[in-house]
Amino acid sequence: MTMQAEPAEAQAASGSNRMIWADAIHKSYGRNDVLKGIDLEVAAGEVVCLIGPSGSGKSTFLRCMNHLETVDDGIMWVAGRVVGYEMKGDRLREQSYAQVCRSRTKIGMVFQHFNLFPHMTVLENIMEAPTVALRQKKSVVRERAMRLLEQVGLAEKAQHYPRQLSGGQQQRVAIARALCMEPSLMLFDEPTSALDPELVGEVLKVMKDLARTGMTMVVVTHEMNFAREMADRVVFMDGGVIVEEGPAAELITNPRHPRTKEFLASVL
Amino acid sequence: MSTLTTSTFGKSSRSSDGFTIVKAKHPGRWIAAGVLLALVALVLYSVFTNDRFGWPVVAYYFTDFSTARGLLITLELTVISMVIGMALGVILAVMRLSPNPVVRMAAAAYVYFFRGTPVLVQLLFWYNLAALYPTINLGILGLQFDANAVITPMFAAILGLGLNQGAYMSEIVRAGLLSVDSGQVEAAGALGINRFHTLRRIVLPQAMRVIIPPTGNETIGMLKTTSLVSVLAVPEVLYSAQVIYARTFDTIPLLIVASLWYIVVTTVLSIGQYYLERHFARGSQRELPPTPLQKIAYLFRVHDRRLPVSTKTDQENSR
Repeated sequence: MTMQAEPAEAQAASGSNRMIWADAIHKSYGRNDVLKGIDLEVAAGEVVCLIGPSGSGKSTFLRCMNHLETVDDGIMWVAGRVVGYEMKGDRLREQSYAQVCRSRTKIGMVFQHFNLFPHMTVLENIMEAPTVALRQKKSVVRERAMRLLEQVGLAEKAQHYPRQLSGGQQQRVAIARALCMEPSLMLFDEPTSALDPELVGEVLKVMKDLARTGMTMVVVTHEMNFAREMADRVVFMDGGVIVEEGPAAELITNPRHPRTKEFLASVL
Repeated sequence: MSTLTTSTFGKSSRSSDGFTIVKAKHPGRWIAAGVLLALVALVLYSVFTNDRFGWPVVAYYFTDFSTARGLLITLELTVISMVIGMALGVILAVMRLSPNPVVRMAAAAYVYFFRGTPVLVQLLFWYNLAALYPTINLGILGLQFDANAVITPMFAAILGLGLNQGAYMSEIVRAGLLSVDSGQVEAAGALGINRFHTLRRIVLPQAMRVIIPPTGNETIGMLKTTSLVSVLAVPEVLYSAQVIYARTFDTIPLLIVASLWYIVVTTVLSIGQYYLERHFARGSQRELPPTPLQKIAYLFRVHDRRLPVSTKTDQENSR
């Protein structure tokens, strides 16, 4: 592990543009092996879509990237640092929750069920983490929050409570909330799966706008059109392994592996 | 929408398509209400014509000095014990959910012990603590107290009621914490909000909706449980009444005085609880529930109409 670790740290120090490096990630719940050795690299500014049938481990893999799930074996690097551990020589020392929180401030995450704070207004939702976790000044955060709300087209909903919004609006607020932390990486865990079909478009549009700004994005999705249009790379996972990966247009229109073909035939 | 019309009391109303809408008559409701009102009148007549109730005595002692002082002590005991109970309850509930098994067990043992013994017995224990520990020695601070001097009846009462209440409150708070969707904690964690802030700003405010109704219940229960400390000769409402009737033999009138005061305070507490619940309901419903005054107003309406909403949300919803 040290053999692999050092070049990575050296690379990070020398300003490599590698944002994520998953190195042989294993994860199991009891006897159920969910991830069976996943290797993946994501460059800064890249948009990668993870696709695959449910139970293939793609959400779990995504959640390993910000330590919402712990990794059983293998090392997850994000922005040149090991996720969830402190590397000291040949030892990996588990980080305290406070340390984990500090590194998570750089990684935005959007959930399938939005997970907005229902007792706070839209504006309070967005302002909470920057003021509490980053201790930024309220006036500064409010200005940024309003600008982000403008971007996602919900400026006039700032004083509403989440339950007064549609699913699509809530998800756009959730994206603004994550962006207000000014992350260098955004993770999307099936952001449109809980939405009514006619609301999917507005969320995808916000994500497309975001992708065009050069944000590094890892997106677990079933939206093949989004993947084809926006992803630099598509990764097809099944049974806890990466079956096939490649440029979006190529993998989706012209899959090589039979399992990829089968999956795409069932969703397209 | 065309048949939903609004009108003020007593006026008939026309919907936009020209029909006059008349509500159903419900004769059964009128009969039931009449029978009950007649029964109430009978009881009231009996109560106010029976001299042995001693209403003049009740009136005299209702605002008597020692009754007023007793009321103050009852309120003081209720407030202090509930504050101790809630603080302990939150701490114990968080301990119960700790990943550390020893911490978890300690909290569970506390709840087990205090729930397993009657609060009256606990009160007597605290009162007689001096028999167990004649001196209280805070070794680290180098302080030493005479237990008999420290454990006054009032202090024993506060200790007994507060510590006992902590056990019950911990279960209520725990239920509240468990009622909050785990996605909330996950979202807060993903945003880098630490455990303490997640609990204080994300989880607890949402748990309050579940915590407040039973806590209101407990507060009202506590108000009445304080009457138990009359056995420790703490001069709260009941003991004050007992002192007077031991002298004047006006037993019933003074028990009525004590009961009336309990009812008055309970009423005030219930109203407070209602508005507290309304406050913590924000964001959980699209429309806040109506206030009692609004409810009374709707009782007298003649025509069906939409449920009450504040004008602001009304506009928002009809966008």
